[in-house]
Amino acid sequence: MKDFIIPDDRDMGTPATKGAPVTLSIDGFDVTVPEGTSVMRAAAEAGIQVPKLCATDSLEAFGSCRLCVVEIEGRRGTPASCTTPVTPGMVVRTQSDKVRKIRNGVMELYISDHPLDCLTCAANGDCELQDMAGMVGLRDVRYTAPEAGTLANHFEARNTSGESNPEWLPKDDSNPYFTYDPSKCIVCSRCVRACEEVQGTFALTIEGRGFDSRVRAGTPADDFLTSDCVSCGACVQACPTATLQEKSVIEMGTPNRSVVTTCAYCGVGCSFKAELNGDQLVRMVPYKHGKANRGHSCVKGRFAYGYANHKDRILNPMIRDSIDEPWREVGWDEALSFAADRMRGLQDRYGQKSIGVITSSRCTNEETFLVQKLARAVFRNNNTDTCARVCHSPTGYGLGQTYGTSAGTQDFDSVQYADVVIVIGANPTDGHPVFASRLKKRLREGAKLIVIDPRRIDLVKSAHIAASHHLPLRPGTNVAVVSALAHVIVTEGLFDEAYIRERCDWEEFQEYAAFISDARHSPEATEMLTGVPSEELRKAARLYATGGNGAIYYGLGVTEHSQGSTTVMGIANLAMLTGNVGHEGAGVNPLRGQNNVQGSCDMGSFPHELPGYRHVKLPEVRKIFEDAWGVEIDPEPGLRIPNMLDAAVDGSFKGLYCQGEDILQSDPDTKHVAAGLAAMECVIVHDLFLNETANYAHVFLPGSTFLEKDGTFTNAERRINRVRKVMAPKNGYGDWEVTQLLANAMGAGWNYTHPAQIMEEIAATTPSFANVDYALLEEKGSVQWPCNEANPEGTPMMHVDGFVRGKGRFMITEYVPTDEKTGPRFPLLLTTGRILSQYNVGAQTRRTENVVWHEQDLLEIHPHDAETRGVKDGDWVKLASRSGETALRATLTDRVSPGVVYTTFHHPDTQANVITTDYSDWATNCPEYKVTAVQISPSNGPTDWQEDYAEQAARSRRILPAAE
Amino acid sequence: MSPDKMVHMANQIATFFKSQPGDDKAEKVANHLTDFWEPRMRDQLQDYVAHGGEGLDQDVLEAVRLIS
Repeated sequence: MKDFIIPDDRDMGTPATKGAPVTLSIDGFDVTVPEGTSVMRAAAEAGIQVPKLCATDSLEAFGSCRLCVVEIEGRRGTPASCTTPVTPGMVVRTQSDKVRKIRNGVMELYISDHPLDCLTCAANGDCELQDMAGMVGLRDVRYTAPEAGTLANHFEARNTSGESNPEWLPKDDSNPYFTYDPSKCIVCSRCVRACEEVQGTFALTIEGRGFDSRVRAGTPADDFLTSDCVSCGACVQACPTATLQEKSVIEMGTPNRSVVTTCAYCGVGCSFKAELNGDQLVRMVPYKHGKANRGHSCVKGRFAYGYANHKDRILNPMIRDSIDEPWREVGWDEALSFAADRMRGLQDRYGQKSIGVITSSRCTNEETFLVQKLARAVFRNNNTDTCARVCHSPTGYGLGQTYGTSAGTQDFDSVQYADVVIVIGANPTDGHPVFASRLKKRLREGAKLIVIDPRRIDLVKSAHIAASHHLPLRPGTNVAVVSALAHVIVTEGLFDEAYIRERCDWEEFQEYAAFISDARHSPEATEMLTGVPSEELRKAARLYATGGNGAIYYGLGVTEHSQGSTTVMGIANLAMLTGNVGHEGAGVNPLRGQNNVQGSCDMGSFPHELPGYRHVKLPEVRKIFEDAWGVEIDPEPGLRIPNMLDAAVDGSFKGLYCQGEDILQSDPDTKHVAAGLAAMECVIVHDLFLNETANYAHVFLPGSTFLEKDGTFTNAERRINRVRKVMAPKNGYGDWEVTQLLANAMGAGWNYTHPAQIMEEIAATTPSFANVDYALLEEKGSVQWPCNEANPEGTPMMHVDGFVRGKGRFMITEYVPTDEKTGPRFPLLLTTGRILSQYNVGAQTRRTENVVWHEQDLLEIHPHDAETRGVKDGDWVKLASRSGETALRATLTDRVSPGVVYTTFHHPDTQANVITTDYSDWATNCPEYKVTAVQISPSNGPTDWQEDYAEQAARSRRILPAAE
Repeated sequence: MSPDKMVHMANQIATFFKSQPGDDKAEKVANHLTDFWEPRMRDQLQDYVAHGGEGLDQDVLEAVRLIS
């Protein structure tokens, strides 16, 4: 194992700035830094550390601790180096008798109110107060608490007479992942500033003044758990002492080695340092050189990794002849030959196209590449699909048609240059929290926000931010709203004619302009349909068109509709109309759901495309892979996930290898999915846990976590990030090895010994990855594809000098109402989503302490709709659609409009997807999760279906004791 | 796949291309079907058309004729 050498990771004291070079002298050395840099940072650049406590380079300078004072020639007194910007020719001395004396005095005061239990303190060895006491040479503390009377300190619970000290406060350990110990606090405000500046939640404050100053989470009635704290860990990261400390460090000790890797939760793709002792993971710390997250994290990536060691994790392969039987633990050889024989047998009996694969968007690029290769080169068909089918496949189609590539156009850094941001069908504070923090930072600097969402999501109004316009559309009317925005821009003459003439097909634009100018697309005409007030929509359109750099960020609220692809095209039209593609602060940015959903699409997981988004019908593309793999490739598209299930019910699809995906819980119309799986004769589930799909499986191959293998993930910015093996796989093999073993059991003869070799094969066959290799990733940290001869260091921004397809193409976007309509039986519209603490089907996060924030799925219902149905807050309600029914508890809120209800799908005992229907996007079959006509009625508890389901699941999960 | 579902999906495709400019709507539907529908789905559609094609959009019927 070779640890990645971490580049300069020092705390530079204050953030980097951009500006003209300024040269100054520090301790006799000439230093050149950008204008606006602090003296403290300039010194750090020269390798000279000025003592500091309240300063850290993730936060703006604060100037409270007075430890960083320096002498500057020609200046009176001793300015704080953190708040003093450099000037040309400045002469700074960081060490002198005078500043040494001041620092010593400051430090002595700090230490006089700090316990001296360093040897038993959780931060021992990782404490800046300790470091600074050493650095300033503190040798004596002259101040002690008075012998009698009230103790004038915060750290002793009782005085020598045994009387309690009113200044002492007990530890707050309400948060499952970290503690707040007021006795160790030096009131440097780093936590408060991190909560504000980095996370943007404003949950923390300093209450009281002077000696009474305390860090406080929420109101005096709150603790950390009940406050607004979202447990992102930024305060813990910022704390220089043990005041805010990870419980894992308290329990396990300070880590002594670290490996940089990539989070395996959402599509933001944050870089982390996995900090360990031996192979014991002590904590995950956001990596400040990570280009997606810039040193920030959320509760999932920072803390929710405990599932890796959860008792439910299956570590041995298992097989069974039929799903009525209990599982039988067997060795790898037996499991693999059982699986291989069955799959080959099915092909012999039912034909070459009777089996297929589902690649995982949670696994690495290399693993995904192998799974689709298994289908194409070993099964010899194109029956491969991935969960992107059910999330962003319309993005692929829509952006492909308009711009020539499905790629998101920007990197996340771009948001700091945006002037107007449209968030449509996405809830970043919950789904993409680290991006949301970066967005909120920009909004606090003055950028304007337009939210298009049926719900009043947190971004609409929360601490120190508010959307200029919230367009609370009726679910299913995205195209009408997006077209109305375009109507306003075109008919009010707000489009960027010069840009369109230069970069787009002018004739197509004219055709589009004529279409969109029709009065039927006006906000007034569509208001009755969409529920969006026309005047508000007009204002929003004007703001986006005229407010400067306009950026659109969107999520599954756009794609998961009958007209998902059409809405994506409509969004692409808006950006072209206003000249908002190809420069910083603008663009069209799909927020991808899972950690590697971008990568799984890039790697040819779709049944019609080989790696690099090239259709299987193209002989020149097939030839590349035929030459590399020595097999003939089927020129016909294969089955998509819903088609596989349909074909299974019809009897022509019999075997499935499903890696790291839980289609029974995550895919729509659960009963149909179950029927499809039950009709198959060999279902191979390759996962960490016996997930819901495994209830219908015949072979279970244990998977490995992202901590246990090498590889790469590609995030929503097209950024290829390294995943590094920090510990040996508990199940014995990385997932790429398991796929290889299965392929070889079927006669493939693969012999990869490291994922780097798989990446070489990807680069050799896929032009957009041509220059990608592990050496480049070591050198650069990460690269964004396309990375090839034309862009040897990758491509942070797409379409800079023109669209990938040549001329940008305006598409006609006629609104077609979904056939999923409300009526007397089902009068309400259900829309689904997720929340911050849980991830997707919850298989990972439900097995962590994150359940304290969300232990069950709740149904959000407007008080008006609740009242007419006799439903009170917390009541069990039955939720029914034409597909099925389930029961869950209701929560009354006006975040949803009357007529709309909302829930999450994180818990299998709720199974929100038993409600969702089989309607899907016209172009890609992406399911219409976001619109289901439902009825709500009071209920006593779980439905019969839920009870039957739970019973079947329990029966199916039985494991026979291993044979001796 | 149930015939209703197949008809619904095929008609959705036709509805989109109907809104697009040009005289080649059926051809576009046909291209979409050959690009994204697996052969057994196209076979089922063709078979359905051979048995009358009830409920299918005119452009789908035309498209199926083109890919046959």
